[in-house]
Amino acid sequence: MVKVTIDGIDVEVEPGTSILNAARKIGGDAVPPAMCYYSKLPGTGGKCRTCLVEVAAGSAADPRPMPKLVASCSTPVADGMVVNNKTSERVHQNRGGVVEFLLANHPLDCPVCDQAGECHLQDLGYEHGSAKTRYEEDRRTFDPIDIGNKIKLHMNRCILCYRCVFVANQLTDKRVHGVLHRGEHAEISTYIENAIENDFSGNMIDVCPVGALTDKTFRFKSRVWFLKPMEAERNCEKCSGKAVAWMFGGEIYRVTARKDKYGEIEEIDGKTGWLCNDCRFDHKDAKDWNIVGPRVVNRQSVISQGKYVTNIEKPVKRIS
Amino acid sequence: MESLTNRKKIVSDKPMTWVEKLYLPAILKGMMVTLRHMLKRRKTVKYPEEIREFAPVYRGMHVLKRDEQGRENCTACGLCAVACPAEAITMTAAERTKDEKHLYREEKYASVYEINMLRCIFCGLCEEACPKEAIFLTDRLVPTQFERGEFIYGKDKLVESETARIDITKRQFTGKRTHV
Repeated sequence: MVKVTIDGIDVEVEPGTSILNAARKIGGDAVPPAMCYYSKLPGTGGKCRTCLVEVAAGSAADPRPMPKLVASCSTPVADGMVVNNKTSERVHQNRGGVVEFLLANHPLDCPVCDQAGECHLQDLGYEHGSAKTRYEEDRRTFDPIDIGNKIKLHMNRCILCYRCVFVANQLTDKRVHGVLHRGEHAEISTYIENAIENDFSGNMIDVCPVGALTDKTFRFKSRVWFLKPMEAERNCEKCSGKAVAWMFGGEIYRVTARKDKYGEIEEIDGKTGWLCNDCRFDHKDAKDWNIVGPRVVNRQSVISQGKYVTNIEKPVKRIS
Repeated sequence: MESLTNRKKIVSDKPMTWVEKLYLPAILKGMMVTLRHMLKRRKTVKYPEEIREFAPVYRGMHVLKRDEQGRENCTACGLCAVACPAEAITMTAAERTKDEKHLYREEKYASVYEINMLRCIFCGLCEEACPKEAIFLTDRLVPTQFERGEFIYGKDKLVESETARIDITKRQFTGKRTHV
């Protein structure tokens, strides 16, 4: 076990753990935001640079500070390492710069986007972004395309985190989409508009930190904060069948996997609770599901607005 | 106990004097008040014929604006409904088709937009929340009705017509959000 200090809080972790995961062990403000790293998908991380932290002392053996900020998702801890995240002004400033780059080509069409309200880029922009853009050039634009009949791809909104590519690589046996071209021209594509037909392709929607991949069956149906997230279960041969049903009255508007406070899909019975397309897209009837009870929503989240019942009805399970 | 306000008056029942029993001075005193008010300017107006000027900050019936090309600004983002403390606003969104591009500004629009004027408290939070400069409160009044259902205003009553635009510049500065 190695001891690291993050924002003045000591934590003991296994050697080889990343700084980000050590911070998540502490929780709270010490956790850097992550747009591309996804703990359930090995190999992710190191692309978006939002998780930059300052290493004030490299290790007990060599206590010199690291000259540059490092990506906490891909930097392993060392014994006696001292890391500053929230307490460092330099980190905040640099993260603001990263957000500005991420937003350089982002269309800022939040009023139209279905991800608004649960978008990580919105949270990040709210905390670090400025009210105005300095970018004067034309933003790159793509037409929204259908990949399969259930998923809509808005390439305009994509921040190229590669999470969806990792989902396809690790969950399905044959990946038919990926990132084409390079740099400014890079885009997620299926190459000659190939349909993605796989039982677990819908999980791309859940891992997408922005609104680039959205559910076509929920497209423009409602806004997330008008819906009530309910824990729901059904017997499914393909997946765990444990999901969140987003309800309005007695109607299910959409089905997603259960996500934790980092926006990652929760573990169910020791396995990541990936949801199959049958559960996600084809069962929107409330009779198909056993509605267990309301899901606990963070009080600060917009999703908790107008939901007076959460205090009265006993929540099933407390996240965090 | 001593009065806190110093406005306490001690009531007495001493008998009236001879002059007081004539009542004439008291009547004259009262008539003077009446006469004084007759000479003053009237404070009321005859409402339907004469309409008093509204304060520039007056918040009355809402309008859903169109842009210069006559397309509806509203994109059914739901921020007015989430900001509304009275929960008076409901809406249903729809996707714009290719041949509706002259009707709606964004790819999403409100197919149904309803404000319950009985619930509305005219606080103006909806126009403050609106990112698209679509909803504004105007200096128009919501007329009285006989049925409660008639107070639910749909898009037919809220969206301004392309020919008769509604001026909101008196209390609103528009164009501040166009750079986004």
